[in-house]
Amino acid sequence: MSPIRYLVRRRMRAFVRLLRALSRDDAYERYLQHARTVHTGQVPMSRREFYLSEQERKWSGISRCC
Amino acid sequence: MRKVLWGLVALIGAFAVGGIALRRGETINAMWIVVAAVCVYALGYRFYSAWVAARVLSVDATRATPAIRLSNGRDFVPTHRWIVFGHHFAAIAGPGPLIGPTLAAQFGYLPGTLWILVGAVLGGCVQDMTILFLSTRRNGRSLGQMARDELGPVGGYAAIVGTLVIMIILIAVLGLVVVNAMKHSPWATATVFATIPIAILIGLYLRNLRPGRVLEASLIGLALLILAVVGGGALNEHETLRAWFDLDGKPLAWFVIGYGFVAAVLPVWLLLAPRDYLSTFLKLGTVMLLALAVVLMRPEIKMPAVTQFIDGTGPIFGGALFPFVFITIACGAISGFHALVSSGTTPKLIGNETDVRLIGYGSMMLESSVAIMAMIAATLLDPGVFFAINSAPGIVGASADAAVTTISNWGFPVSVEQMNALAREMGEETLFARTGGAPSLAVGMASIFAGVFGEGLLAVWYHFAIMFEAVFILTTLDAGTRVGRFMLQDALGHLWKPLAETSWYPSVLLASGLVVAGWGYFLYIGVVDPNGGINILWPLFGIANQLLAGIALCVATGILVKQGKLRYAWVTAAPLAWIAIITTSATWEKVVSQDPRVGFLAAAERLATRLAAGELDAAQAAVAPQLIFNQRLDAALALLLMAILWIVIADTIRVSWRVVRGLPVLPSSEAPAMQVAAESR
Repeated sequence: MSPIRYLVRRRMRAFVRLLRALSRDDAYERYLQHARTVHTGQVPMSRREFYLSEQERKWSGISRCC
Repeated sequence: MRKVLWGLVALIGAFAVGGIALRRGETINAMWIVVAAVCVYALGYRFYSAWVAARVLSVDATRATPAIRLSNGRDFVPTHRWIVFGHHFAAIAGPGPLIGPTLAAQFGYLPGTLWILVGAVLGGCVQDMTILFLSTRRNGRSLGQMARDELGPVGGYAAIVGTLVIMIILIAVLGLVVVNAMKHSPWATATVFATIPIAILIGLYLRNLRPGRVLEASLIGLALLILAVVGGGALNEHETLRAWFDLDGKPLAWFVIGYGFVAAVLPVWLLLAPRDYLSTFLKLGTVMLLALAVVLMRPEIKMPAVTQFIDGTGPIFGGALFPFVFITIACGAISGFHALVSSGTTPKLIGNETDVRLIGYGSMMLESSVAIMAMIAATLLDPGVFFAINSAPGIVGASADAAVTTISNWGFPVSVEQMNALAREMGEETLFARTGGAPSLAVGMASIFAGVFGEGLLAVWYHFAIMFEAVFILTTLDAGTRVGRFMLQDALGHLWKPLAETSWYPSVLLASGLVVAGWGYFLYIGVVDPNGGINILWPLFGIANQLLAGIALCVATGILVKQGKLRYAWVTAAPLAWIAIITTSATWEKVVSQDPRVGFLAAAERLATRLAAGELDAAQAAVAPQLIFNQRLDAALALLLMAILWIVIADTIRVSWRVVRGLPVLPSSEAPAMQVAAESR
């Protein structure tokens, strides 16, 4: 791979990572990573279970302003 | 070299601020305001926020934050500071900073602009950063909990009551803004209605098809929303379809009330959460687009620096420059509501204490710049057009001819033809008396966007802007109703235990119903009020929001004094004193002023006299008793808010006095210090 293409690809990846972090698209991956390193032995929630329980948690407090 | 650079920034800033403050008689380019704002923010951030963070708060880069100590992969997650900045900004930025400056533009561009800049740099940003920091030190405790822990139960209860009241008034006034934007506008109504099934579709997608893939779902939703705006335009051309969506204020108010109730009791994943994803995307995108467009277009500001309405006779809301400009612009300068967001979710994401400066101070600076853009969008319109859009028929006259005559006589020439041509361009039937700020902001935004990206799409841009504001507002409405419901259930639980059960359906329905009835009442009255309702509700909202800021600043000041930092306490005590002065004088005027456009009681009195004398026509007489009762209720509510603020201030003074005298006070609720491991610094 030419160095320029490599650089462009790396930048693109970084941008996508940023976008995913900003939109919390990567929340499940983060959770899995945490669950694997800390709570070894327990079965982590599925993607869907995690998503639904996160929504419940997020919307039971004040998370939006005027 | 550095010093020279900052000296230059200070010089340019002083020149630009001086320029906007001293120019008279001719139009001024918006770039003056933009440059002044950028320089003020840069200086405030570089010097004041750094000093406050280091000296007053003593942020400690080596102290482990709750995100590190309590990391659980869910709410406590150490996150990169720019990502937290994005989340926090998305959380604090709502429709408030767009509407307040638009309404305050009736005083001219200068008073509002100066207050936005000074209020943010010395007040709002400091409040947000301080509360964020204090909550981070307390494992992300909420403002109410911190008030109870540090000041005592009185402060704690006051914070909770204040929050509930502000929530009710906020939702009512925002609901009114949406209703006024949709009233007799089939295009806007159809587009706003369409956002609901779109949100539900995205909700189902995120739950069933591709769980948790919020990025792709948001992009799909965004495309559908744009389609809805364009589709609304097509519908507007169709005779029968258009009639279906051509609705009066009352049915629209009932629709918003019903929507609020349904959204609050449905599971969050179905409507609330997906709507929020869409609104966040839209918000960040539109704010960036608007900033870019303002810089590219460099519009001329047509509104005078200061208008004659500083004497209190303004058509949009009654009341003189002092104190009402400071009440009208709450979000954008200082907003107590931010203290609720800054304590709770955000502190649990902070990876290092030093990040509070960027996240707390910086996000508020960005919010303030949104307010500046709203001010530019409002004041680039011809002043005559601006007042024609924003003045209620009760003030300028019900017919178009009467309105243009009144407004032109004020010295802001406007003609019926000009207004009709503008309405046609925007794809609307009429733009007269479209109060609430949203339509005039949308006209301003549409002219900016169209000026940069092509004239042909003016009507589409206008309705895009309306949809953008409506999506924002409806998100605040659902989320606010839900939070209000939780708070109410918590309170009702003291009366009867099962009522506190957040998953017990009868209790959910009861509490949601009560919250919706609370704001629904004020919304409905606002719709039937011939003076437009905004005149009453917005100042009340401003007072409530500033009251919350007052409570937050009290908590911050009390903690600083308890930590032995009395000599730095002015950092929060000075904005607190200012908040106390403006809210108290505003409440005083709203209650006792003899001018019926300002004083609630005077307005009730005059209406009662006119009703008794038979001066009202049948329609007016039918609603008069409700309006009279409402004005008196508003007076009582304003006094209640003021009492709460002064109780908390008195409590803070009591605690501070005890500290100074060396008497015992409640112990600090700060979590014990723990050093970060050296390798992870």
